[in-house]
Amino acid sequence: MSFFLSPFLDNGFMANALAAGLLVSVACGIVGTLVVLRGLAFIGDALGHGVLPGVAIALLLGLPGMVGAAAGAVLMILGITVITRKSSLSSDTAIGLLFVAMLALGVAIVSRSSSFSGDLVRILFGEILGISSSEILVQFAATALIAVLAAVCYRPFLLLCFGPEQADASGFSSRLYHAIMLGMIALTVVVSFKTVGTLLVFGMLLAPAASASLFARRVGAMMGIASGIGAFSVYAGLLASYWLDIAAGASITLVASLIFFALFGAKRLILARRESLRPEGPGVDPHGQGEAHHE
Amino acid sequence: MNEARIVARSLSVGYGKETVVAGIDFTLEAGETLALVGVNGSGKSTLLKTMAGLIPAVSGRLEVLGGAPRSQPARVAYLGQFHPTGMTLPLRASDVVRMGRFSSLGLFGKFAGEDEKAVEEAMADMDVVRFADQPLNRLSGGQRQRVFIAQALARRADLLLLDEPASSLDAQAVETYRDLVRAAARRGAVAVIATHDIDEAASCDRAMLLAHRVVAYGPSAAVLNPTALLETFGIVGRYREGGLVAVGREHDHCHDDGE
Repeated sequence: MSFFLSPFLDNGFMANALAAGLLVSVACGIVGTLVVLRGLAFIGDALGHGVLPGVAIALLLGLPGMVGAAAGAVLMILGITVITRKSSLSSDTAIGLLFVAMLALGVAIVSRSSSFSGDLVRILFGEILGISSSEILVQFAATALIAVLAAVCYRPFLLLCFGPEQADASGFSSRLYHAIMLGMIALTVVVSFKTVGTLLVFGMLLAPAASASLFARRVGAMMGIASGIGAFSVYAGLLASYWLDIAAGASITLVASLIFFALFGAKRLILARRESLRPEGPGVDPHGQGEAHHE
Repeated sequence: MNEARIVARSLSVGYGKETVVAGIDFTLEAGETLALVGVNGSGKSTLLKTMAGLIPAVSGRLEVLGGAPRSQPARVAYLGQFHPTGMTLPLRASDVVRMGRFSSLGLFGKFAGEDEKAVEEAMADMDVVRFADQPLNRLSGGQRQRVFIAQALARRADLLLLDEPASSLDAQAVETYRDLVRAAARRGAVAVIATHDIDEAASCDRAMLLAHRVVAYGPSAAVLNPTALLETFGIVGRYREGGLVAVGREHDHCHDDGE
């Protein structure tokens, strides 16, 4: 028993890490579900990297990293929107360009400062073991806001996932709700980067939600399952980090990714067995596209 | 039954400042059905989207249900041609049909007995009840299309705007769907259906033939004549005196109207 609990009971920093990690899991479970359903994975990834120069500049100026991350995220979203609307470039090209430019800018800024090299690793991979109580409070407020927004905007978000035209035709502005969704992704990235880092937050956004999409058939359930898988990944990752002495952020993301591949394999096996027992399921097209579309 | 539901005067539709079709004039009254006929890119979808209020008109006047397009989303059902992500959602078919009620419920409206009834009826009508619990991404193209049509019907709208709704349906499902559109029209609803299928157009009260301009507009029986179809589609395969018609279409197979 002490193997599973003592790291968190005996060490304040581990308890804080667990609390922050669980909050990140809930935020990422909700927002990640939207990202997967709406096909915004690349934007999530780009935002994760795009906040780097903001964080670097904030740290240079002695401001909290989160302020810089928020500025970076807003700049990134504005940039993507402007380039996509004003040019004939597809949004993934716009996102790709901005994402690389922002990442390069971040690294350039960091490389100018000799006292900064250790910070780069912390920005990219987080410092979950150095989370303070006030940071947990901010994380809590952000997670609560994300949950409220998801509940209020549930219907337009569902319609957006179905197709922006359907949202507009139903009286919900697709632009407005798309912007709210991007804002929620940005908020999640901004408040989670301290915990799991700008590189790894993308894993927490995507892996639990992708795992949940393999089995859930309702959006609410998918968000719940994703949050649960994320929470377990945080706990197991922290435990592994404590006993095996490996980087916490990385081990959390690794657990989340391993769960996805394990569930993906399990589902394949179950489907293969079911199909061998019952060649034609009622109402199911044997030539259907299956879940192969999902990232 | 003679209330004007859609009024278009000197209407030009297109994207931005680029006009796709100009000089559109028509009036649709309660209970009427209109087919927009033409090849891909002829302006059918553009006109439908303008009526749905998804894109603004380039110029001219367009009144939908007595107001501007999209001013009463709860009374309009729009079914587009493409569902880029809708295809892969792991959502149950029944949840997709339930989305049809969102326009009348808004953000917070409670899903009430009346909404459940509309959803159940639409699912029964389109014969999708037996895969209600299946995720959409496990259904075939035709099954999905039936779910999408059920979603549009579940709105119980006064105006149905359908973009090639029958393109992936089998013959039986096409019959079912046409019966349902006729039933909606009998209740006083107006339906505008984009199609390149002459049979489908002939089943509507009115037809508008489009080829980047209005080739012809009027009662289907009068408008669907060989000369107008030749202008619309570019080629007419065979021509049978007195009746219509065999038209070589985009898919290069000839087609009789069966009458």
